[in-house]
Amino acid sequence: MKTTKFSINRNLLLGAFFLLSIFAVKASSISKEKETTSDDEFDTKELIFHHITDSHSFHIAGDLALPLPIILWTENGLVTFMSSEFHHDIDGKTIVEKNGLKFVNVHEKIYQLEAGASSVAFDAEHHPTNAKKPLNISITKNVFSMFLSMAFILLIFLLSARSYKRSNNNMPSGIGKFMEPIVLFIRDEVAIPNIGEKHYGRYMPFLLTLFFFIWINNVIGLIPFFPFSSNLSGNIAFTVTLALFTFIITLFSSKKYYWKHMLWMPGLPVPMKLFLAPIEFMGMFIKPIALTIRLFANITAGHIIVLSLISLTFIFKNYFVGVGSVVFVVFISVIEVLVVAIQAYIFTMLSALYFGQALEEEH
Amino acid sequence: MELITPEFGLIFWTGISFLILLFILKKFAWKPILNSVNTREQSIKDALAAAEAAKREMENLTADNERILKEARAERETLLKEAREIKTKMIADAEEDAKVKADKLIANAQAAIETEKKAAISELKAQVANLSLDIAEKVVKAELSNKDKQLKLVEDMLGDAKLN
Repeated sequence: MKTTKFSINRNLLLGAFFLLSIFAVKASSISKEKETTSDDEFDTKELIFHHITDSHSFHIAGDLALPLPIILWTENGLVTFMSSEFHHDIDGKTIVEKNGLKFVNVHEKIYQLEAGASSVAFDAEHHPTNAKKPLNISITKNVFSMFLSMAFILLIFLLSARSYKRSNNNMPSGIGKFMEPIVLFIRDEVAIPNIGEKHYGRYMPFLLTLFFFIWINNVIGLIPFFPFSSNLSGNIAFTVTLALFTFIITLFSSKKYYWKHMLWMPGLPVPMKLFLAPIEFMGMFIKPIALTIRLFANITAGHIIVLSLISLTFIFKNYFVGVGSVVFVVFISVIEVLVVAIQAYIFTMLSALYFGQALEEEH
Repeated sequence: MELITPEFGLIFWTGISFLILLFILKKFAWKPILNSVNTREQSIKDALAAAEAAKREMENLTADNERILKEARAERETLLKEAREIKTKMIADAEEDAKVKADKLIANAQAAIETEKKAAISELKAQVANLSLDIAEKVVKAELSNKDKQLKLVEDMLGDAKLN
């Protein structure tokens, strides 16, 4: 029930965003016609995409940026250098030579130039013709942000655990007092009702880690200044990895009944069984895909809507619009605080639900 | 398109980070926290159960006391009743006994009186007989002191004998 209510809300937000973006595009085209002489035209799409996509350096303010290490696996082995060697160039003009290989940064993608080439050429499908992408395991802005979140989570929960150990009656103190209700919420409202009294204990570490990992990263994404503000949990690579963990654990905990129920639904006529089996089988994969997209889309949409509202000020260059957009940004940000917690909860809840389904016995 | 194409690098780091986090937290955070919470909840549950048991015991004790009191009261009642009955019976018995004894005494006394009476009568008879004999002897002696008188006596006697 909560979910449906929420997705309506979400859809409204998305709708609002689309309306706004249409508005913004129109506005910018109008202003383009009017002030063709203006040399730095404000590009909303560029700003938003720059923010919500990953990057190899962490922009702090103005020209100040935190350089991050670039780690590449090439045919000449591991290549590492700092992103500052590109001098903030993301147009592929600055060439960095390492281990006899030439690298350029084109819109935060690192390309390895072939011998003789001085810039990346793309064909019609945007495939590079004279360069290739090496295996890139750089510490990007998102990875940096993830490490930061890990540090926070470890700090919070190791301190919490210590507060339990220190007390002589198993009562937490300090930060543990704040965390215990949430931990108990995951146990009593997520794990036990979905997985059952018998097996839930095995899944508790995963569910708790998942919930806090997503939540803390969501919250970090909401804080609009360095070293936060990344869009990690709105990145599909992040969400797909977590959904994959859920999927793998579901498969490994599945009992015979789960497969029987999926491939040969009991209590139905044979034609219906044959009809349902492929649907159910696809459902097995659609569930984690839905998990992936739900979290990715919700968080990204949140970031986009806030940025769009802020952009309005720069598009209209008008005080009233500025004040209005700030009011809306505050309003949306407050909603987002709720949304990020709910999204973390939904991801965890659905994971628990899938585990519960996999563990279901004949009844 | 770029937005929905997952980057290998981030997948790699997310996977590693999540696994490390899961491992460390499981060992050093979730286990101690959940164990502590479980221990605490168990101890609370135990304490509540103990309190409940104590309460029930208390109730049982009160009920027992009442029952014992009731029993004691009933016993006292029966004892008193029995005592009363015994008393009545004893009195009745004693009365009966006394009556029987008195009757016996009276009977004995009457018998004794009868016997005494008989003895006295027989003694009296004997004495009367002796006296009669004595008197008769004296009379006879006096009578027979002269001849006339002797004759008269014989005649009287004969006359009596005829009458008989």
